[in-house]
Amino acid sequence: MIEAFGEYRYTKTHEWVRREEDGSVTVGITAHAEELLGDMVYIQLPEVGQNLSAEEECGVVESVKAASDIYAPLAGEVVEVNLSLDVSPESINKDPYGEGWILRLRPTEPADFDALMNRAAYATLVAEEEH
Amino acid sequence: MPFIPHTPDDVREMLDAVGVNQIDDLFDEIPAELRSHGLPGIPPGLSEMEVIRLMQERAARDAIPLCFAGAGAYDHHIPAAVWQILSRGEFYSAYTPYQAEASQGTLQVIYEYQSMMTALTAMDTSNASLYDGASALAEAVLMAVRVGPMGRKSPSRSARGGRVLMPRTVHPIYRRVVETIVSAQGITLEELDYDRKGGHIDPESLPTAPGDFVALVIPQPNFFGVLEEVDALTNWAHAHGGRVIALVNPVSLALLKPPGEWGAQGADIACGEGQPLGAPLSSGGPYFGFMTCRRDLVRQLPGRIVGRTVDLEGKPGFTLTLQAREQHIRRSKATSNICTNQGLMMTAATIHLSLLGPTGLERVAAACHANTQTLADRLITLEGVKRLFERSVFHEAALRLPVPAGEVVRALAAQNLVAGYSLGRDYPELGESLLVCATEQRSPADIETYFGHLQRILSKRRIPSCPVVH
Repeated sequence: MIEAFGEYRYTKTHEWVRREEDGSVTVGITAHAEELLGDMVYIQLPEVGQNLSAEEECGVVESVKAASDIYAPLAGEVVEVNLSLDVSPESINKDPYGEGWILRLRPTEPADFDALMNRAAYATLVAEEEH
Repeated sequence: MPFIPHTPDDVREMLDAVGVNQIDDLFDEIPAELRSHGLPGIPPGLSEMEVIRLMQERAARDAIPLCFAGAGAYDHHIPAAVWQILSRGEFYSAYTPYQAEASQGTLQVIYEYQSMMTALTAMDTSNASLYDGASALAEAVLMAVRVGPMGRKSPSRSARGGRVLMPRTVHPIYRRVVETIVSAQGITLEELDYDRKGGHIDPESLPTAPGDFVALVIPQPNFFGVLEEVDALTNWAHAHGGRVIALVNPVSLALLKPPGEWGAQGADIACGEGQPLGAPLSSGGPYFGFMTCRRDLVRQLPGRIVGRTVDLEGKPGFTLTLQAREQHIRRSKATSNICTNQGLMMTAATIHLSLLGPTGLERVAAACHANTQTLADRLITLEGVKRLFERSVFHEAALRLPVPAGEVVRALAAQNLVAGYSLGRDYPELGESLLVCATEQRSPADIETYFGHLQRILSKRRIPSCPVVH
C-alpha cells in the first residue's frame, strides 16, 4: 500500500500519522492493522475538541472478530473526526491511508511528530511481529 | 449435538497430559476452608430406590402452600405444554450457540424471544436475557453510565462514576444488588424518597435543579404494587439530561403503557424480572432478567444478542451478532462480564408467551389485578387492617396490620398459607405491614380461606385500638 502524499510516520500500536500543511496531523490505522482485524463494522470516534495525551486511548475500531483501541500518537486537541466512518466503516479496509482516515489533531508540540517511527522503522516492526 | 461425557480413561489421559494426579489438585489454589466437600446431607452409598424415597420425604415437607406473596416473584399458571416442549432434548440440553451452523434452532428461539420482548416493552432491541431482574437492573445502570447522559455524542471510553437516582420504591433487594455491583466503580446511587400517602415518587417533589445525573430508575409497578407517574418522571429526567431506566413487570405490560411510550421520548433502557413468564417459583430460581433498549444504544447493550441475516447463498439464518461488545473478544473492556444468557428460562418464556398470546397475557394481567382488589377489599373489612396507599395498584397491595406482621405470617404458614411479604424490615416507617398479592391462580375460595384465617388470628389477639376488652 503506497501512501498518497505528505510525510507519514507510524506508532508501535499501528497508527499512521500524516502532517498536513496547516500543521495539524491526520491519524488512521495502517494496512497491516486493518488486514489483521478484518472487515470493519463500527468505529467509535473521539469527540472534536477533546484534549488527548500521547498514547491515550481515543477511540475503538470494531471488526467482525475483534475490537481494538486507537491510541493518540501525539498530545493534542482533536480538530476533526471522519464522520463518514459511521456510514462506511469499510473505508478503513478499502483505503486505510486515504478515505479511511480517523481523526485530525492539532499537536501541542509539533516537534513530537519528528520523534515518531519512520516508514523503514515501521516496516522492521511489522516484520518482527510476524515472526 | 448429543452430550458425550468423559470416561474415566479419558479423564486419566487428560490428567496425565497436563501432569496432574487427580482432578482435585487443579483446585488447590482455593483455600481448604472455602472448598465444598461433597453432599453432607445425603448418606453415602444409597441405592436409587433409597435416594428417591429420601427425596420424596423431603419434598413432602416443603408442601405447596397457598401463595399470597409477590414481592418480585409471582405464582402464575404455566400451561402444561410449556414444560413439555421445553423438556425436548433439543431445547433442554442444547449447547451454547457459538457455531451458527450447528445452532439455528436455538438461535431462532432466542431471536423470537428478543422480538417478543421488544414488542412487549415497545423498545427497539433486546438482548438474549440475563441472570435475573436484580442483576439486569445493575447492568442497566452500568450501561447508562457507559452511554452517558443525553446529548453526549459518543459513549465515553473512560466513563466512570456518576449519580444514578434510585427511588426507594424500587425492590429493596434489587437496590442492594445494584449497590454491590456498582459501588466499586465509583457510581453513586442516590435515594429518592416516596410520598407516604400515594406510595409513589411524587413528580412535584423532585428538585427543579437536580444537578448532573446519569439516569433515573423508574419502577412500574413499584415494589408496593403502586403505579408511578411514569410520563412525568420520564420527562423530568430527560429535561435534566438524565437517561431513563424502566424497571417493569412483564405481565403488567399487557395492560400498562410500555416503557418505549413513556413521556415524550420514551425510556432509554427497559429491564426487569422475567420469572412471571413461564418460570416456576422454585424457591427462588432459576429466573431470568430481560433488557431492551433504544436502537442508538445497542452497542452498549450487555449480554448476548442474536441477529437475523442471510448466508453466502442468500438463505435466511440466525447468528450471534455484535459480539465485539462481549468478553470473549473485548476482554476487560467488554460491556459486561456476561456473555451468556438464561437459555432454558428464556425458552420457557418464549413458549409461554406464544401459547398465551397478547390476549391471553392481557387476561392474566386483568385477573391478577381483579383478584388483588378482591383480596384487599375483603381483608380491610377486618378491624385494624387498612390499605397503606391511596394510588392505583397493579396486582399487589400494601396493608397495615393491627398486630405484628411476623406473627401473622407465621400463624398463616402453620395453616399452609404464605400470607405476604412483611414490609417493616425494609421500610420501618410503615410499621407492621404486609405486601399481599393474588394472582390469577387465587380463587374466591382461596381468598375466603385467607380471610377466615386472618379473622381468627386477629380476634385471638388483644387489639389496643378496640374499645371492647375480651
